[in-house]
Amino acid sequence: MKAPSFAYEKVANLEEALQRLHEHGDAARVLAGGQSLLPALNLRLTHPQWLIDIAGLDALRGERLRHEVLELGALTTHRELASSALVRKHLPLLAMAVPYVAHAAIRNRGTIGGSLALADPAAEYPAVALACEASMLLRSVRGERKVKARDYFQGLYQTALESDEILCAVEFPVARSSERFAFEELARRHGDYAMAGLAARAQFDAQHRLERLHLAFFALGDRPMLAPQATACLVDQTINPQSIRDAQQALGADLSPPDDLQAKAATKLHWAKVLLGRVLSSLASHQGA
Amino acid sequence: MNARSELPGLIDHSKTTNGYIGQSTPRTGAKKLLQGRGTYLDDLRLPRLAHVVFFRSPHAHARIKSLKLDRARQQAGVIAVFNGQDIAAFCTPWVGVLGHLKGIKSAPQHAVAVDRVCWQGEAVAAVVAESRRQAEDALESIEADWELLPVVSDMRQALEGKTLVHPDLGDNICFHRELKTEGFDAAWAAADVVVEKTYRFGRHTGVCNEPRAILADYNPADHSLTVYHATQAPNMMQDIFSRHLDIPESNIRVICKDVGGSFGIKVHVYADEMATAALSVMLRRPVKFQADRAESFLTDIHAREHEATIRLACKRNGEILAFDLEDLTAIGPYSVYPRTSGIEGNQVVNLTGGPYRHQQYRAKLDVVFTNKNVTCQYRAVGHPIAVALTEGIVDEAARVLGMDPAALRRINLIPDDHYPYSFPSGIKFEKLSHHQSLDRLLALMNYQDLRAEQASLLEKGVYRGIGLAAMIEVTNPSPAFYGVGGARISAQDGATLRLDPAGMVQVLVSVTEQGQGTEAVFTQIAATAVGVSIDKVRVITGDTAVTPYGGGTWASRGAGIGGEAVLQAGKALRSNILDIAAAILQQDKASLDVRDNAVVSKLSGELKLELAELGRVAYFRPDTLPMGFQSELTVTRHYTPREYGFTFTNGIQASYVEVDIDTGFVKLLKHWCVEDCGTVINPMLVDEQIRGGIVQGIGGAMLEECLYTEDAQLLNGSLADYLVPMSAEMPDIVVDHVQTPTRSSELGAKGAGEAGTAGAPAAVMNAINDALASLGANVSTQPFTPERVLQALGKVA
Amino acid sequence: MSDPIERLHVSGSVHVSESGHAFNAVRGEQKMPVRLQVNGERIEREVLVRQHLVDFLREDLGLTGSHLGCEHGVCGACSVLVDGELVRGCLMLAVQAQGKQVQTIEALSDSGELAILQQAFLEHNAMQCGFCTPGMLLTARALMQEVHAPSRERIREYISGNYCRCTGYQAIVDAIETAIKRRHALEALHALGQQKVSNTGEPEGASV
Repeated sequence: MKAPSFAYEKVANLEEALQRLHEHGDAARVLAGGQSLLPALNLRLTHPQWLIDIAGLDALRGERLRHEVLELGALTTHRELASSALVRKHLPLLAMAVPYVAHAAIRNRGTIGGSLALADPAAEYPAVALACEASMLLRSVRGERKVKARDYFQGLYQTALESDEILCAVEFPVARSSERFAFEELARRHGDYAMAGLAARAQFDAQHRLERLHLAFFALGDRPMLAPQATACLVDQTINPQSIRDAQQALGADLSPPDDLQAKAATKLHWAKVLLGRVLSSLASHQGA
Repeated sequence: MNARSELPGLIDHSKTTNGYIGQSTPRTGAKKLLQGRGTYLDDLRLPRLAHVVFFRSPHAHARIKSLKLDRARQQAGVIAVFNGQDIAAFCTPWVGVLGHLKGIKSAPQHAVAVDRVCWQGEAVAAVVAESRRQAEDALESIEADWELLPVVSDMRQALEGKTLVHPDLGDNICFHRELKTEGFDAAWAAADVVVEKTYRFGRHTGVCNEPRAILADYNPADHSLTVYHATQAPNMMQDIFSRHLDIPESNIRVICKDVGGSFGIKVHVYADEMATAALSVMLRRPVKFQADRAESFLTDIHAREHEATIRLACKRNGEILAFDLEDLTAIGPYSVYPRTSGIEGNQVVNLTGGPYRHQQYRAKLDVVFTNKNVTCQYRAVGHPIAVALTEGIVDEAARVLGMDPAALRRINLIPDDHYPYSFPSGIKFEKLSHHQSLDRLLALMNYQDLRAEQASLLEKGVYRGIGLAAMIEVTNPSPAFYGVGGARISAQDGATLRLDPAGMVQVLVSVTEQGQGTEAVFTQIAATAVGVSIDKVRVITGDTAVTPYGGGTWASRGAGIGGEAVLQAGKALRSNILDIAAAILQQDKASLDVRDNAVVSKLSGELKLELAELGRVAYFRPDTLPMGFQSELTVTRHYTPREYGFTFTNGIQASYVEVDIDTGFVKLLKHWCVEDCGTVINPMLVDEQIRGGIVQGIGGAMLEECLYTEDAQLLNGSLADYLVPMSAEMPDIVVDHVQTPTRSSELGAKGAGEAGTAGAPAAVMNAINDALASLGANVSTQPFTPERVLQALGKVA
Repeated sequence: MSDPIERLHVSGSVHVSESGHAFNAVRGEQKMPVRLQVNGERIEREVLVRQHLVDFLREDLGLTGSHLGCEHGVCGACSVLVDGELVRGCLMLAVQAQGKQVQTIEALSDSGELAILQQAFLEHNAMQCGFCTPGMLLTARALMQEVHAPSRERIREYISGNYCRCTGYQAIVDAIETAIKRRHALEALHALGQQKVSNTGEPEGASV
């Protein structure tokens, strides 16, 4: 299928980009890596009137390590993330997720900003952002704002991004040396979108009890989901067969995955429980970072 | 393996030094593919080339109340927009029935729907424009008004017939068949054990890498039509274009360029392709239709949607007495032309129970219409179903009897010395090697060691399974397949060999190439038969104006039938060359031979005359030859199998899997296949054909399904949602051969292209069920998704 | 954010906009001048902004070696190199290649860069219909650049974004293994040659 007609402009700087979005609103789409936008265009699933190409905006590239925070420019490609020493050192959970994203050719062009702006419910990064309490930096002609992950992902492909805003960067708190991470996903084939996934971040106390736990499930709802009931079963507990079972049981109250082409809700919930067990075991054995 | 001396009438290799039969010579003709310098249909450019895109029905069953095309006609780049009536004036409709499938019925199908659409995706209007993108733009300006009609999507409902796809036909039954052997009831009564199971198979499709493509170029000056077509059967298409477009047969030229995979998908008549040809006639300019991936999923033939109950009756000692089969299969709203959509089910009836020596059999088949996409023959036609049913129920019997599955098969496989053999369904086997193949397989896979490994891992809570699948496969068909039913489909093929003046051999063959390596195989045979080195041979296929008349590529017939024609023509050319050599050298023909591009003394091997020199004399200096002598350096031979309706091959496969009983995921650890396809001309080509076939079978067994709603709307028409096998999940596959040549040809080659697909789903299913057996769980619905495994284990509802 | 891009569920109407999207109101087709290098040649063209890179290569430049199997980024048949990086040509607009260097299978063949791989593919019969082959070769080349001694499993993972329906993938994996072994052998020879040069101060054979 061939893409429908649209007008195209490559902007030279961020101000131009924001101005265009202000002018065109819903009729415009931002083009970065294009790895999600172009399939949709080719299949005629979307008919934007304007494509605003932001690939030339160097302001949206790069990594900035500041105090407790690593800020990644929205145009950072998956490939750059994979080879970044800073990401490996300070964002181990993100580093764990990158190899699951598609394939080499797509990782060369796809960007973290694109992934977070699209917010596919089965994508890896939104869950990592949620688990790590990252913040998205959004800008428009009206100014700049920072939105925490838990407020940013709002529904099926719905984020806090207004139609005139651009996601410019994402800020991750750097991992503490005492934190442990684990990442697991189930997919029929290497590189596919997940059928069920879990990104987890944990902090243990000296007695191996969980002080803090962030469980971000993906492909199990319309957006990445924290699991408050399951988490509550585990906080202040050690990870042991009983606490794992309790948490798995409680998960049924946290998650109501929809049926999809690959599996019904009951199956997806079952996978969520299995993944939870595996991730918790992984965290307990300190295998995670 | 048979010794060379046992091979019937083969070229005596003591007389030639360059026999290429049996060698894994690389496909040097495929070098262009490595450089991206092949020519696929979409690569072609012609002057004034127009592109067609079809406005397709969004509904599975509807009457076209109104169709407004005027706005579309005004869009940029649009040349013309036509509806079904417009095109029907140039292209007559067809009905997909054949005389030998008794009682088969179907409704007439038009190139573009007139009045009524019967499946989502059926073309309703054709938009021709200067570019594909402009044509697609114009589609959005078409306004259609529909009267929705009741939809038939479930096969049981279709069989019940309360809602009819074609009211005129009276019911939804395309084809019904029953058979019962005389001693069936007695055998069933004598059984100690009866096992029964119902198996379901999800509809799936071929997904060729290159979607369907056709470029029709009509020349009004001489009322001739050249069609560049990604088809497997150019002569068949030539006949069909001729009859339906009313153009004399010999005014039609069908040319096959490089084809990006076919697997049977590209051997059928498609309405939108017929429309494309008609459009070229109507517009008097070349028109191209290149299906995109979405159209491919929506309108390429689907296949293999079955629900079958099979029963096996046996004695306590394991001797199988009879099989009892009830098969229900859902096709689309039309039986596809010209091969009919009844053949797949018919094959299931013919082939179930195939490897075994029971004498009694009963079968019932219903092929029903639905409003989903049309279905027809797809690689291994019917075999994956028949083999899965047979091998599945045999494994069930083994479990009930407490016997090792290999041992149960050993008791029942037709002995290797019992041939020729008449099978209860009416098919006949020339000579098979089931026991030899089983021996070879068990040795190859270290069966006993694997069983031990499986047992020890089970103690650690690791669930591994071994699955076997014995099979027979239809190859090298005679007119029994289609011709006897009245189809103008050729079961014979021809080869023309020509020695060119500079000493190279040109080979024109009516069998076609879509990547399986037929051209390479013919190169080897021609070189061997004539006595030249392989680099001196060039092969041309796929041009009805140039190549002999024949059947093309389907039903694994290329090597066996086309190869024999090449062999015979090559031998005849060699003889003619020696006639000329004898005349030139003034020597007795019997004292000469052709070896390594030269005429030599047969006894001593002494070089007498280079072929290039012979060519020079024959073509440019015949004045130097004896009076009355005429050189004949172009020879044609045709071949069709005569003695057997089908040349059956046999094989046996094994799968080794590990099931994660928490997630339901199945890991394919390894796969084996021992295949007896007679003389193996190029082991490397045959083996990767088999592997490709196995992976395609695994796709159907594990991943692939065309998913439809109750309203017969396709849910997963993209490669993101329809899962095809990719490299990371596929196992390494070990292939070995037994060689039982057929005596119906000198070459002795049977077919091999579909064997992998025939047996893989059964082997994988049996392996999964072997892994689950200790938990009392069993899967019987393909594809075997993790969800289905979990359901079998009782872990999800 | 409104008007979400739907998942790739091509359900129902393929070519009919049942979803309610109005025909694009932009009148006329926008074209843009583009300057880029393709296979070492300087190319200047007016391109349709909506035309993707592979359509541009195939339609405008006649470079038909890059193929279209799906146009939604899954099959990998459209793989090309852009500024030396492996890219899905159907997921890039031609205008996005402004100022860049594009290389296709044709040039990579002619330069000999793919020779070791192509020879190995030929010997192992790692191509049948050939439709996936250019993409497979480019991906294999990228693998060889990225990973020094990949395991068989790693090879399978790396090429798992390239769809082949004809082979069972095994011959392709075998061919890549062979190519890697040969590349390493050549590198070893070359290193040996360099060593000899530095030892004796005189260049000796062994240049590869």
